[in-house]
Amino acid sequence: MPGPFSSTGTTDVVVIGAGPNGLACAARLAQKGRRVTLLEAEPEPGGGARALPDIAPGWPSPALAHLVRHIDPRVEAAMDLSRHGLDWMAADLPTTVLSPQGHLTLRGDQAEGADAAAWAALHRRLMSFAAALEPFRQMPPPRLAASGNAWGQLARNALGLRKLGATEFREFLRLILINAHDVAQDELTDPRLRAALCFDATLGAWAGPRSPNTLILYLDRLAGQIAGGKAALGLPRDGLPGLARAMARAAQASGVTLRTNARVARIEIANDRVAGLVLTDGTAISAPLVVSAIGPKPTLLNLVGPRHLDAGMTTRLRHQKSRGGAAKLHLALSDLPDFGTDPKARLILAEDEHAVETAFNPVKYGEVPDAPVMEIVLPSAFTGGQAPAAPHVLSAIVQFAPHAPRAGEDTARAAMLAACLARLERAAPGIGKLIVKADLLMPYDIERKFGMAGGNWHHGELSVEQMLFLRPLPQLSRYATPVSGLWLTGAGTHPGGMSGAAGWNAAEAILEAGA
Amino acid sequence: MTGPRFDTAPLLETPFHPRTTAANRLQNWAGWSGYRTAGCYGDSEMEHSAIRNAATLYDITPMTKYRIAGPEAEACLNRLTLRNLAKLPVGSVQYTAWTDDAGKVMDDGTLFRIGPDRFRLCCQERHLPWLLDSAQGFDVEIADETEAVAAVALQGPTSASVLTAAGFDVSALKPFRMQDYPFRDGRLLISRTGFTGDLGYELWVAPTDAVALWDHLMAQGAPFGLVPAGTEAVMLARTEAGFLTANLDFIPAQQALREDRVRSPLELGLGWMIDWDKGHFTGRRALLAERDGQLSRWAIVGLDIPGNVSAEGSVLYYGKKREAGFITAACWSPTLKRNLAIAHVAARYAACDDLWVEIYAQRELQYHKLMLPVRKTERPFFAPDRRRATPPGRF
Amino acid sequence: MIWDAVILGAGHNGLVTACYLARAGMKVCVVEKNDWIGGAAVSRELTPGFTYSNCSYVSSLFRPEIMRDLELPRHGLQILPYEGGAVLKEDGGFLAMYRDHDANRREFARHSPRDAEAYDIYSRDVQRHCRFIRPLLLRTPADPASFRPRDIGELIWIGKHMSGLSEQQIAEMVRFWTMSISDYLDHYFENPVIKAYLAVSAIIGTALGPMSPGSAYVLLHHYMGDVDGNVGAWGFARGGMGAITRALAASFTATGGEIRTGSPVGKVLVKNGRAVGVALANGDEIRAKRVISNMDVKRTMLRHVEEAELPQDYVSSVRRFKTRGSSGKLNIALDALPRFPALPEGAPHLRGDLHFTDSIERMERAYDDWKSGHFSRDPFQDVMIPTTIDPTMTPPGKHFMSCFVQYAPPKIEGRDWTDADRDAFGRTCLDQIERYSPGFKDLVLHVEVRTPRELEAEVGLTDGNIFQGELTFDQLLFNRPVPGYANYRTPVRDLWICGSSTHPGGGVMGAPGRNAAAEILRDAKRPARDMSDAWAVL
Repeated sequence: MPGPFSSTGTTDVVVIGAGPNGLACAARLAQKGRRVTLLEAEPEPGGGARALPDIAPGWPSPALAHLVRHIDPRVEAAMDLSRHGLDWMAADLPTTVLSPQGHLTLRGDQAEGADAAAWAALHRRLMSFAAALEPFRQMPPPRLAASGNAWGQLARNALGLRKLGATEFREFLRLILINAHDVAQDELTDPRLRAALCFDATLGAWAGPRSPNTLILYLDRLAGQIAGGKAALGLPRDGLPGLARAMARAAQASGVTLRTNARVARIEIANDRVAGLVLTDGTAISAPLVVSAIGPKPTLLNLVGPRHLDAGMTTRLRHQKSRGGAAKLHLALSDLPDFGTDPKARLILAEDEHAVETAFNPVKYGEVPDAPVMEIVLPSAFTGGQAPAAPHVLSAIVQFAPHAPRAGEDTARAAMLAACLARLERAAPGIGKLIVKADLLMPYDIERKFGMAGGNWHHGELSVEQMLFLRPLPQLSRYATPVSGLWLTGAGTHPGGMSGAAGWNAAEAILEAGA
Repeated sequence: MTGPRFDTAPLLETPFHPRTTAANRLQNWAGWSGYRTAGCYGDSEMEHSAIRNAATLYDITPMTKYRIAGPEAEACLNRLTLRNLAKLPVGSVQYTAWTDDAGKVMDDGTLFRIGPDRFRLCCQERHLPWLLDSAQGFDVEIADETEAVAAVALQGPTSASVLTAAGFDVSALKPFRMQDYPFRDGRLLISRTGFTGDLGYELWVAPTDAVALWDHLMAQGAPFGLVPAGTEAVMLARTEAGFLTANLDFIPAQQALREDRVRSPLELGLGWMIDWDKGHFTGRRALLAERDGQLSRWAIVGLDIPGNVSAEGSVLYYGKKREAGFITAACWSPTLKRNLAIAHVAARYAACDDLWVEIYAQRELQYHKLMLPVRKTERPFFAPDRRRATPPGRF
Repeated sequence: MIWDAVILGAGHNGLVTACYLARAGMKVCVVEKNDWIGGAAVSRELTPGFTYSNCSYVSSLFRPEIMRDLELPRHGLQILPYEGGAVLKEDGGFLAMYRDHDANRREFARHSPRDAEAYDIYSRDVQRHCRFIRPLLLRTPADPASFRPRDIGELIWIGKHMSGLSEQQIAEMVRFWTMSISDYLDHYFENPVIKAYLAVSAIIGTALGPMSPGSAYVLLHHYMGDVDGNVGAWGFARGGMGAITRALAASFTATGGEIRTGSPVGKVLVKNGRAVGVALANGDEIRAKRVISNMDVKRTMLRHVEEAELPQDYVSSVRRFKTRGSSGKLNIALDALPRFPALPEGAPHLRGDLHFTDSIERMERAYDDWKSGHFSRDPFQDVMIPTTIDPTMTPPGKHFMSCFVQYAPPKIEGRDWTDADRDAFGRTCLDQIERYSPGFKDLVLHVEVRTPRELEAEVGLTDGNIFQGELTFDQLLFNRPVPGYANYRTPVRDLWICGSSTHPGGGVMGAPGRNAAAEILRDAKRPARDMSDAWAVL
């Protein structure tokens, strides 16, 4: 496919990176009449949702991401994803916490066990907070200045918070920066429910549940929605690659020119303006507008380079926290493992809140935990009975893993894999004998394969000090960069994640600026 | 014991100390960037007079000196500083400044191009973290060489003669140029630079040769009236000349606690330094916005004040009533017989004529309050032809 | 007789409130369970000739406005700045601190030339945050959920206060308030010892580790004080920390106040939803128009007020108020000044804080132990020898050493501390000192070991939390101690809280007591006398 690219005058915008946000951004700009070229370094679009090479011959690998928690409703509607092939194997997956004291299943505000009422009350309260926060995700972050804000929208959003009522609003302010562990202990007695809350609050974060500012990450999850279902867990047909393909088709249908195997080497800047870019194969593409979805750090530090940026900003970017704490485990299995529960669920392997914290402790020092906690999906469980028989695969996000291990990368990977398998063996005795091939992506592997700085999914930690108007940096929080014609989007920008919201917001900001 | 203690002698002695302490009749010392240097050797007025009439030696070892070297040193410095290094050939010196992202001055200093890829940056304050951060992404090495280089300023109308007598031919050395000379077993770098506004040179030498250089110059310079001068005399000379000093006339951006205290180069009258067309440099976008949007909030002006009472630390008023600025440096100039001052004036009053200064002058314990009209005047206040003449005049 | 106010607890905040109320003309009685006054600002002689600062041990936060209002120097208070300090490294080296800027820079440069210069930038940045927060200390936090004019007015005031800052500076501030000190320091420094030294103030007294988000704020809490305008400086109270409460008590009694020691509280007397006095444990009743508790909110509300008098929501909120203790204290009488072979002889380092934790990692690992319910195996200690500055505390030539230790949990693996646990804890600390000062143990004449258990039993701090409640955002400002009750009031009319459980929190600051007094006087429609607003930050 690669070849000479006649570009002059044919492209208004080049979007770099065909992950969900890049796709959403490109589609939106194309829908608004821009001639958009979307460049993807890999053979397949999708970024963290793209299909990976088979684990073993005959065992297709899940994507890096294995569940969908949020598709921005604007994206879902305007891209008409279902028409382009998005279909759900499950659009509202239950969660089962695996525990030696018995498994516990929960779905939304419904939980089993003695704590059912407490869980429901907590869930409803947190859902109302999440709903009040949700509108902030569909706009650029507010500016901390008198000018430049969509005051009307901000006022409406703020009023939404205040409309929770005085008591709830106060509770919101108390909880907004609290740690997940304390809330779990204050409100719940069942260790499995505490585990579920603490696990979800720190999934993908570089923080244990005792770290302050972790409950807000849980709220961020609850603010998600799929096909109108709030805080739902979705498993698309064909997994995340199914979503990626639907988005790519939709983008192309909107007129986006998608070009794969096109890795950008540098962004060309002349007279402090974007002039275009050059691919690693030497192809030059001229474009007055470039939007990068591959992450603020690689975009600005590598593709643009410090000499086009101020020294203070370069330093801030270098210091931006981007520690990946999650590893991805893929097992090719000869049979469906037996966890002693319905496998058509998201399985959480963490017995209580302490297990999550204890798994985080060693990672702070670049070490591997003895007993990692994990989120397990068995995609083959959902296709059982269908012909041809699906090969059995286990996909697990394993926490926490060091991004810069002291013992060296290979030693750490081996130790982590051993810890994972031992942990799985306890939960599903006999699983070890079913393993045909195991594949573990440590954060540094993820960085190499996906270009995510530090192997952090969010292209920079999604922590309070790097959220909203601080994401990725205060000076870059509204998608524009100091280089005119260069814009940022992707998980590294507000509101983060792979819902397409960042892509959509960036496109809206570009359109509003008339760029 | 596993480490030194610094409390007993917190200040370093410069390599010239054996001579400066012998010459310092008052043992009047002041701290300067971690060094002990002479505030006054015996009589500041006489030392100042020597700067304008004969020649003086002033120990400038405490000037912070950074060595910046590497294949991309020029590119790195072009991105760091305001001026264009393409216009700085090897063997020459630039007076330059640099800003933070917001376009606020971090410091000014002199940049020496010692080789195609080798520079020395001399400045008042310390900036290692900023320099190292600015070097990220460039193939360049930056190190503090303050302690590795001894420096002395030889200033005054007879300074060229002193050097000639000392065996260093500087007849062809133009202002802001430098030249290397053999000295004992090593090298001596002489630049035609200085901080007095007069004919003068700065001499850079290995610390081990410092005392020998001092002795040699003092011996050869005696017939030309060469004497050591302290900081008090030099500061009077710099005020007469109208030069800016970090932390006296402006707060380096990284040190300002109060956000409104920082100044842009445009506000400090250093806009002439900025090469807008050389490519990107740190602060350029902010400065461009300031220039195009006319957003400067301050202007720095030279003032001529009636009478002879120094206006140091005084407040400026517009129409005697509204506060319009303040004075950062002032003196009665013995050389010019003028009462001079450097002042920050709020931009909206910068072009106004009706400016006044309120001076509190203490005489025998009692303050006299003066309200005097001021007149804006050109800086540098003192710029004699001998400063620039090449070859330099004999006296 | 009916008092205008009875104050439960003679800690520094209770006494500050008492002083201001008495000065406004109220008849005030302070009851104290111990036979001595002072709460956690106390100096006692537990071994003959040696005065200890048994709990709190240094002073910086105490608001100078209060010292001046209440004429504390006239009543004997003297604050002595101290100097020096050092981190002793595991490899035998050290990092020293000097008051002299140049000496300090040269010492830091010995470890990292870059960090030596970065320190000035860092200090400036932290000081900017201090300047912003200091005017907030002497103000009652507004309730953001309230539409009352006073709350709205206060919010507008804060808005104005912030509008003086640039967009960039506000962003910096929000980052600083929410970050971990470890991440914050990484932006400035590269050297682990320098980082470890600077991280200390972010963990003192708190149930957070240096890698916990929110710990940078705690640093601010320790930096926002000053000694005579020298922001961030710390000092000793001459004669020990008890000198502060002694001066307060003297100021109080000089304006007609009465203090009753040895009078533990039984119950707050509530009639028709109003507090009308207090019944002491011995059955004596003291009638008063208002009752003001210097005890922490948990102790006050859950132990000394009938639950039936309180709304259930409030009780739950108080129950979940976090008071996990994290620190212990050793007070040691020494026969002579200990020698630390690593330090240069005669240097001023012993006249300041000595630390043995030379990396953030060791500090964080110490915190990991605490999280798992054990005291730190390799604890962080802030060791001071106040007698190097204030010789009045011991016989000549003898010394008092104060060791503040982290981390020590409120319970050991879920059960109460035993004497054996306490002794093991004490041994761990002494052994650590001995490693850096061989022969140190031979100088020890007497040791007082305080774990959270002792702090709770003697001072009454629930779970031994020295701040009367943890300093995380969910418990700061309008959230402290309970959302909707940050104005020093409680659901019981005329029952007030004035201790460190309230804004702006712990440390020997006096601000909660002063702010509570301001609210009480406003409520009583009495003009405050001799009460200054926060001095302008120029």
